[in-house]
Amino acid sequence: MHELPVTEQIIKVVLEHARKADAHRVVQVNLVIGDLTSFVDESIQFYFDFLARGTEAEGAALHIRRMPARVRCHACQHEFAPDGVDWRCPRCGNLGGEVLSGRESYIESIEVE
Amino acid sequence: MKTMRKVEVVTDILNANDQIAQENAATLKAHGILSVNLMASPGAGKTSLILQTARALNGRLRLGAIEGDVASRVDADKVAAAGIPVVQINTGGACHLDAPMIRQALRALPLDEIDLLIVENVGNLICPVEFRLGEALRVMIASVPEGHDKPYKYPGIFTAVEAVVINKMDLAPYVEFDLTALREAIRGMNRDAAIFEVSCRTGEGIGEWAEWLWGQWQARRAPSAR
Ligand SMILES: [Zn+2]
Repeated sequence: MHELPVTEQIIKVVLEHARKADAHRVVQVNLVIGDLTSFVDESIQFYFDFLARGTEAEGAALHIRRMPARVRCHACQHEFAPDGVDWRCPRCGNLGGEVLSGRESYIESIEVE
Repeated sequence: MKTMRKVEVVTDILNANDQIAQENAATLKAHGILSVNLMASPGAGKTSLILQTARALNGRLRLGAIEGDVASRVDADKVAAAGIPVVQINTGGACHLDAPMIRQALRALPLDEIDLLIVENVGNLICPVEFRLGEALRVMIASVPEGHDKPYKYPGIFTAVEAVVINKMDLAPYVEFDLTALREAIRGMNRDAAIFEVSCRTGEGIGEWAEWLWGQWQARRAPSAR
């Protein structure tokens, strides 16, 4: 549900950058989204296609690079990717740690012509 | 032949929201208000915790509240009946509050008469945590009937909060619930979070939680206020 206002914002930023670059068409939008966020790729795509109509971004491909969650163990400093609901360090068995990545949500770049 | 070019953007998707959140934070700070974004599943006891907190603080901090709900103002009426200034936000279907909604609500509150503002977010553990409101503290309620494995299902919120309030402790003997396992899971994901065990029904543990808020408020008080 919250993908709608978020996608409105994505399109706004994309169009600003496209105009600044004197582009007449946006071909691709590259997003980076972490697995610990609640953004659903399909929802963003759905709203993007709808909201981009009639703008320079109409028909642009949406490329979403997913960042897996990475955690650094509090006990032994080992870095690992939690496997779904299992946040136990595979090296020492300690539970959880500091979140290093997985919370990203940004527009990395756009490809224009 | 048209030429393809790559344009660097690197702008956070939530940039627009975060800018307004910063404005809200500045407004709250200017009025010396400690603000808490209270998040939880539906029925975990958000409104009850606000009412119990007001009782426990017993005038030491003047409370204000913003009640976020998809629809209805049942919760706001309960809070208003307790004499707490409250603004109701109906999101009309949206699953979370965002910074523009809070900016709007702040205009309707007597900010000079409030020391502690508790924002009751829309009941869910997923979306609210993505949207900063300008709050000083993020707090979640994990209630006993929801089970001790919640952190593994919703790591996003458990890693983001400054405190976890475990509510409905009075029900622990009647449901399958392992407090040690829950505490261990919270600790594992968020070493710094304060953890409180309370029952909004019996009042157990509320004093300790209210003391923590009082401490947080004092720690943030501007030096000129001394
Ligand atoms: Zn380890």
